[in-house]
Amino acid sequence: MTEPRQPESPRIGADEWVARQEERVLRSKPVRLAERAGERISPPARFFLLVAGIAIFGIATSNEYYQRVGFNTLYYAILALGLNVVVGWAGLLDLGYVAFFGLGAYAYALLDSPKFGLHWPTPVTMLLAAFGCAVVGILVSLPSRRLFGDYLAIITLFFGQIFYNLVGNLSMTNGPNGLTNLDPLGFFGLHITTVRQYYYVALVLFVIVVSVLWLLNHSRTGRAWRSMREDGMAAQLLGMPVNWLKLLAFAFGAGVAGVTGTIFAALEVNIFPSNFYLDVLITLYAIVILGGAGSMAGVMLGAFTIIVGLELLSTPQNARLLFYVVIGVGLVIWLRPLRWLVAVVGGTIALGFAVNAIATAIWPDQTKPTAFGGQSQTMSSWVVELTDPTKAGAYAYAILIGAVLGLTLLKGWVRKVALIPVLYLAAFVWENELVLNPSVTALILLGALLVALMIVRPTGLLGQTRVEIV
Amino acid sequence: MINWDQFVQLTVNGLTDGAIYALIALGFSIVYGILKLLNFAQGDVFMIGAFIGYFVLTGFGGPASPDMPVPLLIILMFFFAMLGCGLLGVVIERFAYRPLRNAPRIAPLISALGVSFFLQNSALLLFGPEIRSYDTFQLEGGTYAFPSSGIQWGPLNLSILRMLTIGLAIVLCVLLTLLIARTQIGKAMRATAVDREAATMMGIDTDRVIAFAFFVGSAISGAAGVMYGLLLDNISNTIGFENGLKAFTAAVIGGIGSIPGAMLGGLIVGLAEAYSAGYLPSGSTFQDVWVFSLLIIVLLIRPTGLLGKADIRKV
Repeated sequence: MTEPRQPESPRIGADEWVARQEERVLRSKPVRLAERAGERISPPARFFLLVAGIAIFGIATSNEYYQRVGFNTLYYAILALGLNVVVGWAGLLDLGYVAFFGLGAYAYALLDSPKFGLHWPTPVTMLLAAFGCAVVGILVSLPSRRLFGDYLAIITLFFGQIFYNLVGNLSMTNGPNGLTNLDPLGFFGLHITTVRQYYYVALVLFVIVVSVLWLLNHSRTGRAWRSMREDGMAAQLLGMPVNWLKLLAFAFGAGVAGVTGTIFAALEVNIFPSNFYLDVLITLYAIVILGGAGSMAGVMLGAFTIIVGLELLSTPQNARLLFYVVIGVGLVIWLRPLRWLVAVVGGTIALGFAVNAIATAIWPDQTKPTAFGGQSQTMSSWVVELTDPTKAGAYAYAILIGAVLGLTLLKGWVRKVALIPVLYLAAFVWENELVLNPSVTALILLGALLVALMIVRPTGLLGQTRVEIV
Repeated sequence: MINWDQFVQLTVNGLTDGAIYALIALGFSIVYGILKLLNFAQGDVFMIGAFIGYFVLTGFGGPASPDMPVPLLIILMFFFAMLGCGLLGVVIERFAYRPLRNAPRIAPLISALGVSFFLQNSALLLFGPEIRSYDTFQLEGGTYAFPSSGIQWGPLNLSILRMLTIGLAIVLCVLLTLLIARTQIGKAMRATAVDREAATMMGIDTDRVIAFAFFVGSAISGAAGVMYGLLLDNISNTIGFENGLKAFTAAVIGGIGSIPGAMLGGLIVGLAEAYSAGYLPSGSTFQDVWVFSLLIIVLLIRPTGLLGKADIRKV
């Protein structure tokens, strides 16, 4: 028998009984065995295995698309690790983080492109981007150093907007037309041209960044950051230079973002202001929060999940599959006991066939009876698919939001019964509205994910549970 | 030699834009005053308000041939936008912020960021990316239009809609001040802002008070959305973020959590924008930069904003 896990929220307790809660959580046998096996390997060895796996993937696949997705995952992982320094360790909200990424990219674009005829050696540009961004990071957070976190959030958000505004309008950056024909990366005569080579450059950078940050986290500074995050005033009273620590966290985050910007710009060849806007920011926050703010392994896992997930979403065929897999896995995890799982799934399937039969009978000209998105016949007689989904899809989407919110208010068996029509409605909306607008859907889901995670599981997948001792 | 005509016109434009910022900043300040939460979604609620106003306008015949006298139509637009946005604010509070009441401070901020993105992109999904127009020009000139076209006095050219905006902003500010200073729910709001736990122990239903604050704040933002549509004509799903950011700045400049401060901050930001567009080289392109510089200067000189009080942190 497995006991349901406690909801994840800061717990209030009196002694180490609370602190050791995690150890008492009963897990199923395979999970426990896997955990024990994992604990036996030291963190550096675990990281070495991960890097070896990533390297082998690069050799094994010759498909350039997969290599590109791999590169994306790596550079997002590096960016998210940098953001994790600010958000996860120091506990500050940096909403202008993408601007540092953009600053690094534009530094590379101006110093290694035909724009000014400059072709600086790559290592010099990279170092300059890292240190330059770190200095800018300190300058941005200076005005708010005496203030609370909220001012920092506004100032950094505005900084991101200013950056977007400036590069989109200055003649030096060609405004919205962006900078084109950037040089490929070159290290001491070795030119990096193919996607696979970029993949390995990103991997090397990933290893360097992870090593530096891991050492940093286990140093005096890392401990000071965490104590500042837990209680800034107590940290200050213990003699820690809180303001300096905040600036330092900002500098490290900005530096990591800047150096990542250079390799991103080099691979993209042409960069535009829209590469560095809010959608990147929300993706990074989703990665850090989903993985677990403060946990490096969590952030890596988050980057993999989010980036591969977004990649799947971008084609309708994969997006359909992803939806049913996620719903299915979610139901299996959350719905206990087994008979309710069977009842809900069976009910949803039965409801689907019934609704579809009625809908096609009443409005034969507005529904698609067959040829369901190239999928099987069974699916096409389950989900109602409209010939013109623009209006009905929008209304159904609005109703779905209301229904999901309403569902969270219900309790007990009523909620499980109400889940059946909501699930079917979700499938209908997914097929008729969301799949058709993949880029918008991705951002909506990321936004919703942030809210849901903060409420249901603020520690993310691998984050440490916070224990509050009173 | 100063060109007075231009100066007067810039001032009028700055004040009307500033009135819109001030109204969003008001909603933002009410929520901040009570919950100490930066409600990033406020700007997007404002955007939804602009869309509700637009749909009411087109629902009653459109700007070219409205089904009723224009003043009545405008009142209806304001009514529905305020009601809809107020309810939206309550829903956001109930589902996105209330579960995080006792979480670390960074948690509701991230949740607010998520809500903002969710709203902005849901609007994109539902209403499409195209820019919609209130066609205020037709509204002002149609058969049922206003009795006069406004004031034309020397260099001053004040259309009736601009007067309406500034007037309504002042009325809402006064009403809000009275609500907070004179009514019982206002007293409860002030008590909740000072100390939520103590207020609960005194028998105040703080959850209801907070929900009410969200209703009022969001309704005011909705009104600002309709004003924005009437004055600047074009609305799209991105107006929320841009104007929300300006309103945050206004609230910070005026002193976060202070009602008159939000009003003052809004007007300052509006005027700064207008003057920078008029007098600085390529100022209209980089007006955000000037507003940002203003924010930095104010924060360096007076970290609590112009009318804000220094917050004493208790341990």
